[in-house]
Amino acid sequence: MKSAVIVFPGSNRERDMLYALEHISGHKPITVWHQETSLPDVDLIVLPGGFSYGDYLRTGAIAGLSPIMKAVKEKADKGVRVLGVCNGFQILTETGILPGALLRNAHLKFVCKEVKLEVATNKSVFTSAYSAGEIIRCPVAHHDGNYFADEDTLNRLDGDDRVAFRYTSETNPNGSIRNIAGVMNEQKNVLGMMPHPENLIEPAQGGTDGRGIFESALEWVA
Amino acid sequence: MIKNDVDITPELIAEHGLKPDEYQRILDLIGREPTLTELGIFSAMWNEHCSYKSSKKWLRTLPTEGPRVIEGPGENAGVVDIDDGDVVVFKMESHNHPSFISPYEGAATGVGGILRDVFTMGARPVAAMNALRFGAPENERTRHIVSGVVEGVGGYGNCFGVPTIGGEVNFDARYNDNCLVNAFAAGLAKADGIFLSEAKGVGLPIVYLGSKTGRDGIHGATMASAEFDDDSDEKRPTVQIGDPFSEKLLLEATLELMKTGAVIAIQDMGAAGLTCSAVEMGAKGNLGVRLDLDQVPCREEGMTAYEMMLSESQERMLMVLDPNKEDEAAAVFKKWDLDFAIVGETTDDQRFKVYRHKELMADLPINELGDEAPEYDRPWVPSPKLDPIAASDVPAPADLGQALIQLVSLPDMCSRRWVWEQYDNLIQGNTMSGPGGDAAVIRVGDKGKGLAFSLDVTPRYCEADPIEGGKQAVAECWRNITAVGAEPLAATDNLNFGNPEKPEIMGQFVGCIQGIGEACLALDMPIVSGNVSLYNETNGQAILPTPAIGGVGLLPDVTKRIGKSFVAEGETIILIGNHTGHLGQSIYQRDIVGKTAGAPPKVDLAAEMKHGTFVRNAIRAGRLTAVHDISDGGLLVAVAEMGMGSNKGGSKIGATLTPNGGIPLHAWAFGEDQACYVVTVPAGEAESLVKEAKTAGIPTQVIGTTGGSELTVEGVSPISLADLDAAHEGWLPNYMSAPDTH
Repeated sequence: MKSAVIVFPGSNRERDMLYALEHISGHKPITVWHQETSLPDVDLIVLPGGFSYGDYLRTGAIAGLSPIMKAVKEKADKGVRVLGVCNGFQILTETGILPGALLRNAHLKFVCKEVKLEVATNKSVFTSAYSAGEIIRCPVAHHDGNYFADEDTLNRLDGDDRVAFRYTSETNPNGSIRNIAGVMNEQKNVLGMMPHPENLIEPAQGGTDGRGIFESALEWVA
Repeated sequence: MIKNDVDITPELIAEHGLKPDEYQRILDLIGREPTLTELGIFSAMWNEHCSYKSSKKWLRTLPTEGPRVIEGPGENAGVVDIDDGDVVVFKMESHNHPSFISPYEGAATGVGGILRDVFTMGARPVAAMNALRFGAPENERTRHIVSGVVEGVGGYGNCFGVPTIGGEVNFDARYNDNCLVNAFAAGLAKADGIFLSEAKGVGLPIVYLGSKTGRDGIHGATMASAEFDDDSDEKRPTVQIGDPFSEKLLLEATLELMKTGAVIAIQDMGAAGLTCSAVEMGAKGNLGVRLDLDQVPCREEGMTAYEMMLSESQERMLMVLDPNKEDEAAAVFKKWDLDFAIVGETTDDQRFKVYRHKELMADLPINELGDEAPEYDRPWVPSPKLDPIAASDVPAPADLGQALIQLVSLPDMCSRRWVWEQYDNLIQGNTMSGPGGDAAVIRVGDKGKGLAFSLDVTPRYCEADPIEGGKQAVAECWRNITAVGAEPLAATDNLNFGNPEKPEIMGQFVGCIQGIGEACLALDMPIVSGNVSLYNETNGQAILPTPAIGGVGLLPDVTKRIGKSFVAEGETIILIGNHTGHLGQSIYQRDIVGKTAGAPPKVDLAAEMKHGTFVRNAIRAGRLTAVHDISDGGLLVAVAEMGMGSNKGGSKIGATLTPNGGIPLHAWAFGEDQACYVVTVPAGEAESLVKEAKTAGIPTQVIGTTGGSELTVEGVSPISLADLDAAHEGWLPNYMSAPDTH
């Protein structure tokens, strides 16, 4: 699997993501600086976590205007798989590639803890390695992860089977509406999620529940 | 001749924190009246915070060398060999005064400063911790300070991208008007990739890197060298404003720059900013420095030389550049959108010359600025020794179980989850054991190694007996690192005390240093970096003596680490060490009985070494299943913590314990003897372990068995672990969610 990780000024989980991708796929990902205007041919583009542009203005807002994002959108439109994690998810909603918005956590504080996620659908290139309804462990670490969208959008997401992950109701860490932790675009080739699967991919990290997302993407390539 | 258009009056001198005899020393040194800019430079270099003038004499007595020590105190951070050509670079530093005045910004810039110290040396930060001390919970200002400090620590570290994996949080009325924020950071580098601050070569460009200079933080270091009074809130403009985003860019740009080979010497701008960094680089290299302030990137217009030399704007660096690599170096900084400006050059005249608008504003002998700083042998009196108190003289609780529930829910004893969940403790993906254990553990590189970290000090012991308290701080840190299976390598110290001009306070300082030195020597844990914070005093009331110790340990095989929580039912619980039930200065005595009396527990350093080595060997041989040291709260609290932390299919594992009939029950339960560990082993393995310990001359007692969902002490009604856990987890979130009264 060929993959690329986009690095913005202030990205800070790009190294975690590079490690996870290489560890799981066996191939070294390409790192792409945000000022580039084109992307190489890859199977998976990842927008990693962090505080792009220091979260100034709004999380993800300035990064959404970076030169590279035009290229990312073009690739996404062509069906190339795009995964945005945490700040990457925020950037994807800011650019409108994914619907909804990530508001400040309901308790107004940064939260770093392990949560439980329900795999809301396994009919996608990102979740096929899981079984539907499976409960997995995954860490979160964010200040603005409170997913919000209007009722129509939410109903459409549910109706189209585009919610990839939900927090179990007792572990929803941020007040996300309908416990939504990750959503996909209409073509289901773009996934944005707040939790960090890249930090739970090997036994040394206390578990491998996060691997499935990367393994799913791999399987669909193979 | 240098022009002087401002009258240097005695008032102006006093405002700069310089004593009349210190000013006379300046006159003698330069043979004329200083300019205002020069006076500012002297005040910046000669204040307590930068010059260590009251503490230097005593700091020299600390052991700072060892086979693994590559750089000891004197550089931005200590450097310690961790095999395979890898080194760990670490330091701890206080940001007490700013954090009290402006909790969020003070704490945030404290974290920023210590991270910069680490990456200035070429190391990528991989772990952060903090020792935080706040006023009494009922003090009207405490909640506001806790909230701001924790948010500030998180705000900076989370954005920068370093896992905050451990630390301490304590409350005491003695910190009501002087909170303590001691920030620790550690980074990794290669032994041959370390950068130092010593300038080399004449006529080389001096480059300014990072964020622009503004008027923030002017005189910050001078403020940190004075006592507070009722008007301290007026000092808010001296607090710096941090921007972790810029620091993250500066980290990446600096590490990238270092790879180009362009960096000859580098120094971050911390306390006293441009002044301190330029003087340090020049003086260490025995060179002169000429600065042209017109080239310094400024955030504000019309800044004077005086303001620029004293600004403590954050996220800035100064370096000596290889002139052949100027273009390459500038390109790196342009990529990261950071300022890169040549602001001066090295000279051979050993003078520190500062120009503004082409005019000479300061012309001072560079070596003397640092070396000739006043040094005091301040008068001191030893703290009076307290007699030991017999356990039988400390009243027993009416209900042992209730006392235990009360103990685990005390402000100083409850779970710190509310704090650490606001810190990203997982980023970088190497956190093997995060906050909440005896020591935090990270994975290092791809050879299976690990590093363990712990921050410790027990201020009430230090006040009762500075020497034993100093020893105990080191011993507990060493023990915590040992308890996860790591070998303690070295430590950093952050010495927080009151006004050193008072002989009693100076006596606490001298005593603690003596104890720290003895323990570091006996336990092979040299001090490789550190920081002193004095004048933590308001309206004459000093803080408790608080010499925080930050230790680093090595695990050759990170998978051979161990946790403190019970892992299975039916295992044997063994107490290792000589547990006599020492209640003097214990948490039980202070918070349940309501008294602080008697001598604190003695620290037998030989026993620490012997017991710790035995435990570590047993961990590495895979013979133990859980280990927890005995500290605050005593044996029963330690066992309760091992149960509360356990998780067997969603429920907790309890224990049944048999007390030592030879001592009073409450002393057995809550005594805080040192050099003691509680360990568990599979039932069949207990006998051989006990036998081996006996052969080695180490006292052990089999005290019980794991199992059930309660803590059952023979002769006492069972204590539900669920109740204990609810009390333990509840206090801090409940306290913090109460309405803020300030």
